[in-house]
Amino acid sequence: MSIDPITLSVIQAGLQQVCDEMDLSFSRAAFSPVIAEANDRSDGIYAAEDGALIAQGAGGLPVFVGTMQASTATLIAMIAEGRAAAPKPGDIYIVNDPYLGGTHLMDVRFARPFYREGKIFCWLSNTGHWPDTGGAVPGGFSASATSVEQEGLRLPPVRLFKEGGLDPEIYAIICSNIRVADQRIGDVKAQAAALMVGEARLTELLDRYGDATVTEAIAELRTRAATQMRAFVAGVPEGRHTAVAWIDSDGVVNEPLEIRLAVTRQDEDLVFDFTGSSAPCAGPMNSVRATTLSSVYLAMRHIFPEVPISAGAFEPLVVKGIEGTFLDAHYPRPVSGCAAEVSQRIAEAVFAALVEALPDRVTASPAGTSGNFALGGHDPARGRDFVMYQLSGGGYGGNADHDGLANGCSTIGISKAPPVEIMEQQFPVLYHHYALHEGSGGAGRHRGGFGLDYLLELRRGAARASFVMDHGRFGPQGALGGGDGAPNAVTVWRGEEAYTPGHLSKEQDIALAPGDRVHVRTPGGGGYGDPMTRDPMAVAEDVRLGRYTTEQARDLFGVALAGTPPLPDPEATARLRGG
Amino acid sequence: MRARGQIVGVDVGGTFTDLVALDPATGRVRLAKVPSTLDNQAFGVMAALAEAEVDLAALDLIVHGTTTTTNAVLERKLSRTGLITTRGFRDVLELGRRTRPQAYGMKGSFTPMIPRDLRLEVPERMDASGSVVIPLDEDALRSAAARLIDAGCEAVVVHFLHAYANPAHEMRAGEILAEAWPNDHVTLGHALLSESREFERGVTAAVNASVQPLLERYIRRLTEELTKGGYGSELLVMNGNGGMVSSRQVAREAAKTVMSGPASGVMAAAYTGRRAGIPDLITYDMGGTSTDVALIRGAEPSVSNEIEIEYAMPIHVPMVDVRTVGAGGGSIARVNAAGLLEVGPESAGAAPGPICYGRGGTRPTISDANLLLGRLNPAKLKSVEGGVTLERVAQIFDEDLGAPLGLSAVGAAEAVIRLANIRMAGAIRMVSVSLGADPRDFALFAFGGAGPLHAAALARELGIPRVLVPARPGITNALGCVVADLRHDFVTTLNTPLDTLDMDLLGATLTAQAEEGAALIAAEKIEVRDIRRIYSVDMQFMGQTHLLRVPLDGPEITRDALRKRFEEVYHARFRVDLAEIRAAVVNANCSVIGARAELDLSTLIDPAGRKPTLAEAETARRPVHFQGAWHETPVYWRDHLPLGFTLTGPAIIEQMDTTILIEPGDRAEGDEEGNILIHVGAAE
Repeated sequence: MSIDPITLSVIQAGLQQVCDEMDLSFSRAAFSPVIAEANDRSDGIYAAEDGALIAQGAGGLPVFVGTMQASTATLIAMIAEGRAAAPKPGDIYIVNDPYLGGTHLMDVRFARPFYREGKIFCWLSNTGHWPDTGGAVPGGFSASATSVEQEGLRLPPVRLFKEGGLDPEIYAIICSNIRVADQRIGDVKAQAAALMVGEARLTELLDRYGDATVTEAIAELRTRAATQMRAFVAGVPEGRHTAVAWIDSDGVVNEPLEIRLAVTRQDEDLVFDFTGSSAPCAGPMNSVRATTLSSVYLAMRHIFPEVPISAGAFEPLVVKGIEGTFLDAHYPRPVSGCAAEVSQRIAEAVFAALVEALPDRVTASPAGTSGNFALGGHDPARGRDFVMYQLSGGGYGGNADHDGLANGCSTIGISKAPPVEIMEQQFPVLYHHYALHEGSGGAGRHRGGFGLDYLLELRRGAARASFVMDHGRFGPQGALGGGDGAPNAVTVWRGEEAYTPGHLSKEQDIALAPGDRVHVRTPGGGGYGDPMTRDPMAVAEDVRLGRYTTEQARDLFGVALAGTPPLPDPEATARLRGG
Repeated sequence: MRARGQIVGVDVGGTFTDLVALDPATGRVRLAKVPSTLDNQAFGVMAALAEAEVDLAALDLIVHGTTTTTNAVLERKLSRTGLITTRGFRDVLELGRRTRPQAYGMKGSFTPMIPRDLRLEVPERMDASGSVVIPLDEDALRSAAARLIDAGCEAVVVHFLHAYANPAHEMRAGEILAEAWPNDHVTLGHALLSESREFERGVTAAVNASVQPLLERYIRRLTEELTKGGYGSELLVMNGNGGMVSSRQVAREAAKTVMSGPASGVMAAAYTGRRAGIPDLITYDMGGTSTDVALIRGAEPSVSNEIEIEYAMPIHVPMVDVRTVGAGGGSIARVNAAGLLEVGPESAGAAPGPICYGRGGTRPTISDANLLLGRLNPAKLKSVEGGVTLERVAQIFDEDLGAPLGLSAVGAAEAVIRLANIRMAGAIRMVSVSLGADPRDFALFAFGGAGPLHAAALARELGIPRVLVPARPGITNALGCVVADLRHDFVTTLNTPLDTLDMDLLGATLTAQAEEGAALIAAEKIEVRDIRRIYSVDMQFMGQTHLLRVPLDGPEITRDALRKRFEEVYHARFRVDLAEIRAAVVNANCSVIGARAELDLSTLIDPAGRKPTLAEAETARRPVHFQGAWHETPVYWRDHLPLGFTLTGPAIIEQMDTTILIEPGDRAEGDEEGNILIHVGAAE
């Protein structure tokens, strides 16, 4: 090795800086709140020859951690094979095809070749979640789609910008096929401008350290990231670590889908074998290969946040056994649930498989659903149609250090939920409550966090409610003797009649009239460790704060409480806990 | 009051209480630095006054920066506070906005400002348009108040949904509580922040209520101590917006003092920069555990209404936009499993601190690296209690870092500094870019104990041409108190498309804000030489969520002129033209500043102590490591440097409160006010 370790660290920091600045530029200029506020986007630098991830912004959406290198790799291969047009300086490709290294259609990728001395040195690429890409329902999350065509417009890699200029013809085709097209130009320009920022900053970096040095550093950093991940992998005990995670249903056929996972350490690699998982499904709960791999990577990064996001870090993580399962779906299987729901269930399988092997690092299972409730209808007071999304958090899993967090964001996201006041400003709804889902945290030495409990009413007009959630049938898994978190629950009140969706967590187009109400309770996190070993004072505190009832304290934790405020009765507690 | 009397600025920080006493008539300056007394900060303040031998009876003004509220919030040592809120919404303060502390890692926890059993609900409801859906149940409100009093609450927050749209219920609740609550610690959510977003507004109100009794008690104690000492004049307190407010009023909006300390440092920077003719600055305050950065344009610090002081702790009142960017002198260096050097985020903090503090620290830090490279004076180790030797520090660097990296101890120390500087430069760059500024257009203002040691290297990294080091970098916050102005900020939400905005209404709104501010300033017993009004609007393109601040020259502007100005500002920031999309005006803002008499700062370093020549100011020479080699480097005592000196690096300038590093290739010069200006690369 000729490059010194300090220059290496310095170039690593420099490459990271380029990506972070692209992230910042994209978010600040973007129109779509999904990108601007929820940071549902990611930016990075990818290798010229194979698309391997060189660096990616630290603030990118976790689910994109592994998809963008797959997308770039596919683009490079398609160019080589003549299936995509050859690049020229100033071009930007647009692509959203899920089967070409993507997630769902709404995640639109831009890729720009970066030239040095007339040759492609690397690719700059970003992904942004567009609010709509056409299809059967606004926003693209149809719980009952049975083919990708119903989910929206699918773009192969085409050059939306040619030698610096936006191609008005391609843009016109896109705009004719998506909703609220008039605001998209803002996002398109922001997404492209972020790549220009990256280009300028990367040029400065190369001018300063020299192309040869940077090239060498990139190769060396990749090797070292792999070394770092292998050092963590070496801490995983020998043996087969297994888990099963379930998805309630695919939204079309009302049967659970199963993710079977066995993790084993083989030499210096960690092998994730999904053999035996369910076959591709009829509804939109399929995953594509890139998303499945990315879900494993992001779960491992949740466990080992120290490892940089880099192709090298993924090298020791070997995923197999997905062929022929719903984790590797092919055209024309519908996939809108892959990025938001299936990905989280894959991560849950990884957590559940490894929590006993790495009990200090891994938590019990988190709520793991994006809690997507969409309400579309007509508001007569404003004389216009509307589509409202309520995305919700849930409880996180208890862990070695403490109880789980309440109302945490989805495992694969980092976005904030909109405030009730903003929802009521924009849509004809009134929330009756927005509260802690009491009793939902899975029992444990460290209990799970609590989910969310909200009830809202349609005030006027007519609307249709749709749900793409999960964990309605099975609560998030407890670990090391801890109990499961409470499952997700949806009840639609039409007048005095309570309706529960047949698929529990998924249904499309439930008609609502004014005064009808929607009640959602999101999952609590899994408990960690034997609940009978939880500090009785902590149980008493939870009861005092109304998080559990006295009965739950007794039945779930074996703690007898008496008095006001409730305090543990040591003798009765000892009896309940079997001495 | 008497004009141009003696002024004291006193800032209570986490470790030290700093004081500057200035007599504008004679130019006499006295300084003090004493340990902070965090349980009752008044003792430290009195000790500082005593150390500086201030005659309280002859003093005209004390301006005080306090961390009372900051510490209370960060350590959750709060007054027992209850919440009365809309039925169905008591958990808003606990649920937050559905986030987690870090992007990666599923651990982390969050303690709400007010515990669940002290959050009570009453029947009442407004809708988003401000219409009553459920009338306020006044009996329920009274009984909720009674329950909270029984539970021992000292303060109460009333926080109702959509109170920004119609505050009638909150105001009625306020009337009832004026009788039912045993003291005046009643915070109404809309009064502090009249904007939608129930979590942010609720937390802001909860912070205010739960620090209000603490701040009031503290101010009372301090006032008593000062009165006992013979002080009979005004006590002003620094607000987070960089302006002062009278101690009689400060507790009412106590949340505004939470960022008081960092804000006063930035105010001092703005003042110093303006007088030095360098009005565009990036401030760089590096201490033992963290580094704060802020942006100053045209001698006006950047102010934000959306500061989050820690995870899920938004305080949405106008405050100087100070960003904490991580590393401090105590940041720990290590070699990771990939064999790569890392600096931070782990910190040795103040205890055990760096190895060289001799308090039991055994892991290599940035400060230790500076010591090994000769940048900090190794002779100082002798005065350390634990008896740490330079050899011991070198041995740890050798074992922990040098061996795995294949470097000597000195090579490792150099690597630590280089990487730390790159990381800090990156963080500073992100701050400035996020505020729409190119760092190369600014000078770096270095202060804090460790700031001047790294500033020139950071400036080189960022392409910043000049570094400004003030006369007293270690007491900049106290100086900020001395020079701060009176200030009131107003925000009125309009949220209207520019096409349909009533431009007369915009003008009238801004004019009313300016008049209210001027009236508030006139009511203070402080002499001002000038009242400045800064007008702006926050705008966005329709459909966008980020706001862009557009400065205005005055309250009157035409629609076309405003559109044009917005598009210019937008293009300057994002390099994007969006003529296709309509713009909206979200907020109208006015800041009214009562500027106090100009103070001459040239006596911060006693002119009588200065030596006639550079050679006479030199105290020693020692080997200092720069750019891969040892250089025999002159060391100067700052207070002895002749006025208007010029020198070229390498050089070290030491003073009581900091060490300034002049790197090879840089040129330093002193100005009339006692500042040092480093021209980066000017001597190459």
